[in-house]
Amino acid sequence: MSFDNLKMSPALEKYMTKEYRDLVERGPYGKQKKVSEMGTFKEILEEHPMCAGCAMTLFIRLTMIGLPSPEHTILVGTAGCGRLALTQSSIPFIYGNYGDTNAVASGLKRGLAMRFPDQPKDVVVMAGDGGLADIGFSAVMHSWFRKEKFTTIMLDNEVYGNTGGQESGMTEKGSILKMAPKGKLFEKMDMIGLAKTANVAYIARVVPTNPTRVASTIRKAVLIAREIGPTFIQAYTSCNIEYAIPTPKVLDDAKEVETSRYGFMEIMSDEAREFLESLEPAKKAKGKKSESEETVTAS
Amino acid sequence: MADSAGVEVKPGTTTETAGAPQVAPKETQGSEASRQRVVSPEYMFFEAPRERAFITGSEAAKEAIRRANVDVAISYPITPQSETMQQVGALWAEGYVKEYYRGEEEFGVMSAIAGSSRSGARSLTATAGPGLMRGMEVVASWPGGRMPLVLLIMCRVINAPLSIQPDNAELAYLINTGNIVFHAENQQDFFDFALKAFVISERPEVTLPVAVAVDGFFVTHARGYVMLPPKDIKLPPRDPYHEAIPAMDNENPPARISRDAPIQKSNFISYHVHASWQQEVWAAVERSRKYIDKYMGGLVEVVNPGADTIVVASGSAVSQSREAVRQAEEDLGERIGLVKVRSLRPFPTRELREACKNAKRILVPEFNCVGWLYRDVCAALYGHSKAEIIPGPRVFGGISLPTEMILQYIFPDKKFAF
Repeated sequence: MSFDNLKMSPALEKYMTKEYRDLVERGPYGKQKKVSEMGTFKEILEEHPMCAGCAMTLFIRLTMIGLPSPEHTILVGTAGCGRLALTQSSIPFIYGNYGDTNAVASGLKRGLAMRFPDQPKDVVVMAGDGGLADIGFSAVMHSWFRKEKFTTIMLDNEVYGNTGGQESGMTEKGSILKMAPKGKLFEKMDMIGLAKTANVAYIARVVPTNPTRVASTIRKAVLIAREIGPTFIQAYTSCNIEYAIPTPKVLDDAKEVETSRYGFMEIMSDEAREFLESLEPAKKAKGKKSESEETVTAS
Repeated sequence: MADSAGVEVKPGTTTETAGAPQVAPKETQGSEASRQRVVSPEYMFFEAPRERAFITGSEAAKEAIRRANVDVAISYPITPQSETMQQVGALWAEGYVKEYYRGEEEFGVMSAIAGSSRSGARSLTATAGPGLMRGMEVVASWPGGRMPLVLLIMCRVINAPLSIQPDNAELAYLINTGNIVFHAENQQDFFDFALKAFVISERPEVTLPVAVAVDGFFVTHARGYVMLPPKDIKLPPRDPYHEAIPAMDNENPPARISRDAPIQKSNFISYHVHASWQQEVWAAVERSRKYIDKYMGGLVEVVNPGADTIVVASGSAVSQSREAVRQAEEDLGERIGLVKVRSLRPFPTRELREACKNAKRILVPEFNCVGWLYRDVCAALYGHSKAEIIPGPRVFGGISLPTEMILQYIFPDKKFAF
């Protein structure tokens, strides 16, 4: 049904732009596209008003490829840079109030599950570190404790970029930013640890240096959220403006940060792992099985 | 109470008329809830036989929700509201409400109910005083989002020193947000307004949230007589595909109000989009008038029209004024007028002008210190009445409003004890 929304009325087809026809005829709907196929299909997000060289935009494009069912997905965001790109995608996007994402997503997901018992509707929150760890913190934590079945993706650029570069809870200790003129006085918030405490079914920390891994992480998170419970991805998406990273060096910075402190990490519950294995029985889900309920794969 | 509405009931069959199919959860199959039959709003409001019950305002709200075919209800405790939403929880356990949970706090609850409304589900929450103020950022954004839902408000003190007592200063903020706002006088009003609010909220040309306020404790915790239709009937389900903007369910193209960067950024397009959109929101508030007239008997009720002295009031102040009007007539032989304001938004400007055209003195008794109704009455009558408009009497912080206090304002030359 929902892909039909995008389809063109035959009488109007010739008036539609090339970009739109490409989206309908060569978009990723109904088939799981791979990152390696980029350039051969029309992406859900291509044109956007983000800054040149923005790592967050690259991450968001990869996210769109990872979504298992974009034609049945609803995105929820809040104020911040990310929403400037998300609004340009061909997926319904709810831009609510400051820090309300995980509360809105809770009501939205429950309402959709009630109205469409036979059609999974994926709800995906994508918002910044300020939106999720500071102003939206309570709603994020409680959505996890309540085991709400949606995915939370943090676009962690470690700063309030959209308001001009102020310190956030996710900023590294010591960083000199607006509202932290003496350098930030406390540690970066451990949202991964908090997600573990809340028994989030699937937790990942990722840097967009490995595009295929970003897409597969998103796919796993959304599928697990559909069946098992809340999932959380914390992604380093640097702000090259506020951190003065030269545009050609954005990915060099990402690699350096990944190596020094932000390495890939994936934690999933046994239930989530069994569910993933049931989807692809031939391919066992990656990651060593430990004695605890969680498995950590760091690189 | 009657078991049926005098019409045929088929046990165990689903009788939905429109919208997404609704199947009772397994544990409630065969229950009373699963045997509820959908009836038209007109039948529910005007034709169904009613029986008298002696119940509290909170119980009246529960009975309204039982018959309202609610999909999602989200709760958070605060005195004096808690009893209502915990009773709604009991309705969920019995299968009358399909989805229910206790949220983290009111900002989260008001946000979550916005999410469920956007999903296309019929949505309900309730709060009181400080809870409304905590959620106000979200509540003020609902109308622009064109979200049909119902918010019940049990008014209480919001300012320091903190108190749980009845006081409706919070409505001063709410009436300027673009929400439709009704103010119930008693338990019967609370039942009727709450039930009718869903139907008015979801009309295509309205598509707005409706708040139904009532004064805490005076109504919520006191019993009154309520005429109830049978509990085996319910309203038709919400149809989210016949509203001003479509549900965010990815089953139809979404409304673009929150999508385009040009609308969110500071530029001339955004100014005009915002201005025209808010004008449309307030026009939609006005368009609800015909349904308030049709279902609620009008925005006002007028007692003793044409009197020289008229009392204009809403909520519990109406009950006290009604009694003062009776005392004036029976004890003093004086005929005093009374205008009960049922709807605060839309505001009954033309109704007030008509009711007060011959008045020489107008009193506006209120349960708050700011006098928000007085200001609205002054604004509505400015240039349309030569009457002296008297700000009061006012009580707040939990103080009751004795009828003698109202009589003292009506007859300043006499002496009343209170």
